[in-house]
Amino acid sequence: MNMIFRRQNLPLLVTALVFVVLFGAFSVAFKNFLSLRVVTNLFMNNAHVGIIAVGLTFVILSGGIDLSVGSVLAFATVLVATLIGKFHFHPGTAIALTLLCGAVFGAGQGFLIQSYQLPPFLVTLAGMFLARGLAFMVSAKEMAIEHGFHRALAGLGLPLPGGVAFGFTACVFVVVLLVGLWIAHLTRFGRNVYAIGGSESSAVLMGLPVARTKVMIYALSGFCAALGGVVFTVQAQSGNPLNGFGMELDAIAAVVIGGTLLSGGVGQVAGTLLGVLIYGTILTAPDYLSGFDSSWQRIAIGGLLLAFIILQRFLSRASTPGG
Amino acid sequence: MTKEDSTPTRPRVFAALRSFFIRHPSLQRLIWPLAGLGLLVLFNLMFDRAFFEITTRDGNLYGPVMTILRLAVKVMLLAIGMTLVIAAGGVDLSVGSVMAVAGALVAYLSTQGDWPFAALLGVAVLVALVAGAFNGTLVAFAGLQPIVATLIMMVLGRGLALSITGGLPISVQDPGLEFLGRGFVAGIPAPILLVVAVVVITGIACRMTALGLFIEAVGDNENASRMSGVNARGIKLFAYVFCALCAALAGLVTVGDVGRVEPDRLGQMLELDAITAVVVGGTVLTGGRFSLVGSIVGALLIQTLTVTLIRQGMPSDVAPVPKALVIIAVCLLQSPRLRAQLAAWRSGVRRVGA
Repeated sequence: MNMIFRRQNLPLLVTALVFVVLFGAFSVAFKNFLSLRVVTNLFMNNAHVGIIAVGLTFVILSGGIDLSVGSVLAFATVLVATLIGKFHFHPGTAIALTLLCGAVFGAGQGFLIQSYQLPPFLVTLAGMFLARGLAFMVSAKEMAIEHGFHRALAGLGLPLPGGVAFGFTACVFVVVLLVGLWIAHLTRFGRNVYAIGGSESSAVLMGLPVARTKVMIYALSGFCAALGGVVFTVQAQSGNPLNGFGMELDAIAAVVIGGTLLSGGVGQVAGTLLGVLIYGTILTAPDYLSGFDSSWQRIAIGGLLLAFIILQRFLSRASTPGG
Repeated sequence: MTKEDSTPTRPRVFAALRSFFIRHPSLQRLIWPLAGLGLLVLFNLMFDRAFFEITTRDGNLYGPVMTILRLAVKVMLLAIGMTLVIAAGGVDLSVGSVMAVAGALVAYLSTQGDWPFAALLGVAVLVALVAGAFNGTLVAFAGLQPIVATLIMMVLGRGLALSITGGLPISVQDPGLEFLGRGFVAGIPAPILLVVAVVVITGIACRMTALGLFIEAVGDNENASRMSGVNARGIKLFAYVFCALCAALAGLVTVGDVGRVEPDRLGQMLELDAITAVVVGGTVLTGGRFSLVGSIVGALLIQTLTVTLIRQGMPSDVAPVPKALVIIAVCLLQSPRLRAQLAAWRSGVRRVGA
């Protein structure tokens, strides 16, 4: 029990509490809310943001930032659509190629950041412009995907009681989460990420492979962004270069609400799941609350961000003197 | 790059240039952006003469060059404020949202009754003061990271802008705003004159007083500046408020120019364009020395590049690609490690040649 209630887990606990309160309040107020269908939809509708947020968690844990994820998602959606539609690739091959492209794109950013000691903010800002432009180069317009395999993917799902199916996209999200948890807590790479985020110079002095790890972190983020794009194509059955506009900030918000400190070193992948679920719950609010439109969604997300960050600030200050 | 084929006069020219830039260190950071801009002008001189055609209609100036200037007005205004924030060691992601809030509120009020232009201006200033104070307080007094604090304002501000107009676009018809966005003074577009005025005023305030020095001191080393008696927190607060003022002004110009407000689109992603302009202009993202003129040149460079490429047949949607390449090139030029590598490579070449 002591492990769970350690001070550095406090942000995560608060996040969990907020989610329970938020979800509980909705369940009490709206009688159809507490159902398997709503929970399933929460996972399915936010799968792409969630997958991106998991990758971004590692970047932020290492003390970096990745602004390119929304554009990479857009690029991935049009690449999949074009490879299938124009070049008649099998969707499986197209998806594999797209994921590879995402990882290589991320690794390129990581290489620039690491080898030339450039600020991640600027490099990934350039990456964001580049990927968006490339997406428009690949296909200037929305492109429908018409392939039996791709349609079959959308129909896949784990049957749950009550006639609800836990769809393919949600399954991918859950798998990514589990893999993310495994990487963060049970692999050497994960420990290195935390070490770099805690103090990069200490990590270097300890002899950790900082350079390789940093490149891999951004490659992982690029891969997750591309996977988010693939999931998006399964859901939308199309690719559009306008997809994911501003999504990098949504994903960052979800990670921060999930209790990960933007200064690096502190946070959990599990928190990111909660962050995404809170974000998703706020997004579904307009379906239930009349008058709670998109402007209120943003104000609510902004307010939550503010509350969380001030809380984190307070906690980290409180914990400094005692260690 | 070899020295053998250079005529004897060239080294002398280079030496003169070099000593000029050594004597004027503040101009040093302008070399690359100016060189880039010069290259683009040269390219257009050679391949696209129509680029420089300036026509007068009713005594007012029009033409591609004027279009570039007008298109760059928003980013230039934002970049002026952003320069001070970045110089003070911060960054402001909320400028686009502040534009939207100021624009939406002013547009809404102007449809609600007979507000005089001065009152509308006052409202915009008020919006900027609140937003800037919010950012500045969170950064300077609560100690939040600038990216986080201004990200909150960015999300909140966009929501506020949407709720002001009820999520719908609003048309604006106010002669004052229209003049600000589309008017002419002695043939020159009013928004361009506005940018010039803001640059001159900011430049005088920063360079004729100690303000600029204080900002650079805070951005260079906040603790050291505080210990030498600079009110570091006050300076940071000022930078964010000033940046928000520039953003509100940019919002008004845009609303006046377009004649309507789309609260979800107005100013979106412009924060990143402004940061790009500042960085291209030679102000380093980690704070310290800054160059207002550099930021203006940076904004013009990116806009000129985009317009040039579009005139050469590039689809406008692909415009982010050259922007990305410029950012990466500028980053690499500033990277100490690449410079060391190049220096090592060059001395290696020289040794082999000798």
